[in-house]
Amino acid sequence: MINASLKELASALDSKKISSLELTDLFLGRIAQHNPLINAFVTVDEEKSRAAAKAADAIRAAGNAGPLTGVPIAHKDIFCQDGWRTTCGSRMLENFIAPYNATVVERCNQAGLVPLGKVNMDEFAMGSSNETSYYGPVRNPWDTDRVPGGSSGGSAAAVAARLAPAATGTDTGGSIRQPAALCGLTGLKPSYGTVSRWGMIAFASSLDQAGPMARSAEDCGLLLNAFAGFDAKDSTSLERDNEDYTRSLYQPLKGLRIGLPKEFFGTDGDAATMAAIEAALAEYRKLGAETVEVSLPSISQSVSAYYVIAPAEASSNLSRFDGVRYGYRAPEYTDLNDMYAKSRAQGFGEEVKRRILIGTYVLSHGYYDAYYLQAQRIRRLIASDFDAAFKQCDVIASPTTPGTAFKFGEKSGDPVQMYLSDIYTIGVNLAGIPALSHPCGEINGLPTGMQLIGPYFSEHRLLNVTHQYQQVTDWHRRMPTAFA
Amino acid sequence: MAFTPEDVQRLAKLARIELGSEQISATLGHLDNIFGMIADLRQVNTEGIAPMAHACDVAQRLRADAVTEGSVAQRDRCLALAPEAEAGLFLVPKVIE
Repeated sequence: MINASLKELASALDSKKISSLELTDLFLGRIAQHNPLINAFVTVDEEKSRAAAKAADAIRAAGNAGPLTGVPIAHKDIFCQDGWRTTCGSRMLENFIAPYNATVVERCNQAGLVPLGKVNMDEFAMGSSNETSYYGPVRNPWDTDRVPGGSSGGSAAAVAARLAPAATGTDTGGSIRQPAALCGLTGLKPSYGTVSRWGMIAFASSLDQAGPMARSAEDCGLLLNAFAGFDAKDSTSLERDNEDYTRSLYQPLKGLRIGLPKEFFGTDGDAATMAAIEAALAEYRKLGAETVEVSLPSISQSVSAYYVIAPAEASSNLSRFDGVRYGYRAPEYTDLNDMYAKSRAQGFGEEVKRRILIGTYVLSHGYYDAYYLQAQRIRRLIASDFDAAFKQCDVIASPTTPGTAFKFGEKSGDPVQMYLSDIYTIGVNLAGIPALSHPCGEINGLPTGMQLIGPYFSEHRLLNVTHQYQQVTDWHRRMPTAFA
Repeated sequence: MAFTPEDVQRLAKLARIELGSEQISATLGHLDNIFGMIADLRQVNTEGIAPMAHACDVAQRLRADAVTEGSVAQRDRCLALAPEAEAGLFLVPKVIE
């Protein structure tokens, strides 16, 4: 049952092979058994989970089940969940009990998904290794001496270790795709504006987007059907008709044009990673796809542009944590300004402070034009590059990460090295377009992923392409043996 | 790009984050490295390119200026999260003598 797809779980629930309560207890038991080692969950509330499972069983018994009713899910601790502690990986929110549901959580509840608990993450989603969490790092189930990736590292580790069949994630510069790649999962960052950001604690508002993390494209499509949709409470939510993201899964790939950006397929890439990508491309060719060379001339600027824009937005967003309305307040201070400065100094971790300071600098008088406006101009160049490339191809392929999961401490002392590990994923957020990562091989026993990027609103196509690949390969079915 | 301790102190003040002298020197080194990485961005010719503030070029929706969350119970739940609150108000240290 722990290896069943979401569709198989729903079918087992439907045929009464198992109840949602039994299924939920199965996963809660696995969490109790394995979480002390991998630290994927920061909050578990078994009674709340069981109550939701019983409610789902009742809905199914009444004949009102949807495609995911009674299926358990883990929520990234960035989503406000009514009555649940919501920490965002920070000391700042150690005692914050969310007084309302994020729209994503609300929509999951409406779909009958059963919450298993809140999963760990880099503090305020700022990190690529989960080492910045105040609640301790998450360990990669494939090798517990290595990071799971970040910032949605708890989501990825929970699903990879089969402590949850699926999880929510968020992606500002690669935070769904990179941990998905490092833990052997399929993870999708939808087009900006597809999934509501309401109740999702903001990092960089023009880049943040929530999406599904699961084992297969089919699972991700079913989950995105639950997450996505217009929400009046998010001013950047797009007013579009709902769509079925699984509608194209079975479409053959004959004639599919896969663009290979020459900037990502030069001589710089890691040899083993590139060999895995080439092997996946060979499978795609067998399925009828053809590959074409494309160019993204400005993509080399994406990390620089991102590390101006994201910290700028973060410095503004995180000004709300001031020790007044919610969150941490320093025990001792002399006056109001001192209270702000000490609360923020004690409540935020090092990486968060660093990014707030970067953002403060690039927005400050005298540097705004040179850094912030310049980064926004480069952002347009990057988005235009993708537009031009999609005139020659349907999807773009690349590695998701420059290498497999790294060891704890390997990059955490050097922020620049850590930032550069997002080189393949960051441009997508700047352009706002959808992209996913799917498992495409193993290197020395560690999973590696391929990224597929599409034009705006092509989620159904990305899922189609991946689903066809997953019909003829089994990388997405592999699991870390220690958790079998 | 070379930050001075005074630069970092000024940023910390603007950002309302207290930094001790050890943290200032650690931060200094990191900022130098990060802005070293970012420096190439300033060399790119972007003449005539409009800044892109958002992922998609759509106008922001406006909503009616109306109260949508009027429940006192919900207000009290929110106030209960504050470090200090009284009589429906957030309390801060005294700012006017």
